[in-house]
Amino acid sequence: MTTSADLVSAITDMREDDAIAYARELVDGGTDPVVILEACREAMDIIGKRFEIGEAFIPELILAGEMLKTVSEVVKPHLKSEEATEAIGKVVIGTVEGDIHDIAKDIVAFMLEINGFEVTDLGVDVPVAGFVKAVEETGARIVGLSGFLTLAYDPMKATVAALKAAGFDGKVMVGGGQVDESIRDYTGADAYGKDAMAAVTLAKEWSGAA
Amino acid sequence: MLPDNWNEMTPAERQEFRLAGWASGGGMPFATPEAKERYEAAAKRFIDVLKLRQPDIVPVELVAAGAIAEHAGVTHHDMMYDYEKATAATVKFHEDFDIDYQAPGEMWPGPAFDRLGYMLYKWPGHGVPETQPYQAVEGEYMMADEYAELINDSEKFMLRKYFPRVFESLGAFSMLPSFWGATELPFVPFMMTPFAIPPVQEAFEAFFDAAKLSLEFMGAFGALGGQLAAGYGIPGTLGGFSKVPFDFVGDTLRGTKGIMLDMYRRPDDVLAACDALLPMAIEFAVGNANMSGNPFIYIVMHKGADGFMSNDDFAKFYWPGFKRLMLGIIEQGAIPFNFVEGGYNSRLDVIADDGDIPPGTTMWMFDKTDLAEAKKKIGPLAAIGGNIPASLFKAGTPEQMRDKVRETMEIAAPGGGYFMTPGAVIDNATDANIEAYLSAGKEFGKY
Repeated sequence: MTTSADLVSAITDMREDDAIAYARELVDGGTDPVVILEACREAMDIIGKRFEIGEAFIPELILAGEMLKTVSEVVKPHLKSEEATEAIGKVVIGTVEGDIHDIAKDIVAFMLEINGFEVTDLGVDVPVAGFVKAVEETGARIVGLSGFLTLAYDPMKATVAALKAAGFDGKVMVGGGQVDESIRDYTGADAYGKDAMAAVTLAKEWSGAA
Repeated sequence: MLPDNWNEMTPAERQEFRLAGWASGGGMPFATPEAKERYEAAAKRFIDVLKLRQPDIVPVELVAAGAIAEHAGVTHHDMMYDYEKATAATVKFHEDFDIDYQAPGEMWPGPAFDRLGYMLYKWPGHGVPETQPYQAVEGEYMMADEYAELINDSEKFMLRKYFPRVFESLGAFSMLPSFWGATELPFVPFMMTPFAIPPVQEAFEAFFDAAKLSLEFMGAFGALGGQLAAGYGIPGTLGGFSKVPFDFVGDTLRGTKGIMLDMYRRPDDVLAACDALLPMAIEFAVGNANMSGNPFIYIVMHKGADGFMSNDDFAKFYWPGFKRLMLGIIEQGAIPFNFVEGGYNSRLDVIADDGDIPPGTTMWMFDKTDLAEAKKKIGPLAAIGGNIPASLFKAGTPEQMRDKVRETMEIAAPGGGYFMTPGAVIDNATDANIEAYLSAGKEFGKY
């Protein structure tokens, strides 16, 4: 009989077809959907840790994300009510004005989500005012500014300044392409994260969840 | 022009032939004896580095990109639409900073892209403001179920499927017929008639217009290169481009997400597609070198970097196509100049241990790769450079720049086989930092 442990190993071994088949079998066998989703979370946690220590990479994150999406679709109709879990923090994220690159930003947003954050993703080429408005609307205490090109430096700086001017007293992290510690300094952001796991670590620290 | 006995020549002889032509300035008359002397000394220095010898001083390169427009106070739009302004801005940049090797900028034919309706990029005045440089638009331009078509006949796929998706004006290329009609007299009209359909005719008009606009650009671009070389004695080190097949599939056929899923869902298709595209990648590179008379072929590398995949997957998916592309270029006597974006720390062993790349045939410009490790592992095999961060050109001080240059020189210069270069193209730089970069290069680059 299929167990939720089978589902965990199928996801972490990147066996997509098995993972989806197991999720269906578990649902059909009457397993509580909450238990199935918990297994998914456990699997994502394992993959996230592997990513952190350099044993999993972008293809594994993307495939795991796809598996998670499909399994959720299989399970959702059987959920009794929307079992909302309390987010450990809210994050507003986006690629700054003038830059249209989204890959790294998407991965950071995804990693934050599976680590329990409520993420508002503003997309790419986000004007300064867009970040200010999103922070006001969501009450997020953390902002992530992404940029791949050197042209992102000044919009990042302008965004940090505008957030401060608007009274935002949370934390801002910057990252992507040609961003580094000297650009953190230049933009006035609170931290630079070199990859998605660094973003998660920072967000957890800032939310007191580390 | 290649010599008549080209086919009998060895790859090393072909490389000698191409390098000799380039190092002599391609037979053009130099404006002054000083320009000739300067050109030949700079070219010799660059060849010394390629051949892993120790030159008299470290050659200092600068991929200037947007910095040229910014320094001259013209817009990025001007660089792509006003060749006179672009030429003047580029000459000014080389004069003001006393550059030793032509600094590739962003002078490209905006009008040709407009006429084609190129959808893979946004460029100044066309999707991005005139004050900003161009950017790529990643997307899914080939569906997962189209691999078989691409693999079976890549050129046909490009012509009839890819062109309509990336060039708005060439949509009607999807209606092009099979060329089987060339084989018998009665077949010919059946083949030719589709070319008379109005949308197809319009697409060809756009195609030929864009060709003429490209030629016009190449005239201005070539004249600029000639002016810098013959007038100032500054050699160009960009002879053309190519791309690793995996990067083409990943960047603008399937997109990053698409190819990363395909690596798990249809790995054989990905590998077969890379194989199928390889001859095009090589032919394009070699054709560029023939046309420009300059053997250095930039291979702009994206998705093999650290973090994009495991080392096992790198060895399976990326390295074979990359290696065969380099070998194909080397075979024809041209020189792969690998522009390695991101970090390559985990890949150095794969490259060093391979054993098939002949020493002294490739150049590597590293972005975030640890240069000390690269020197140790790749240094015995190939010329290396890179690492000076683009961020320092914008946010650093001249003192920090000087320190970084000194540190980089100490790590990578000893024994030769090293050229100094930033790790990325330079936009948004301050003049003081560019000056600090170049003067520190001269100060610490003496052997």
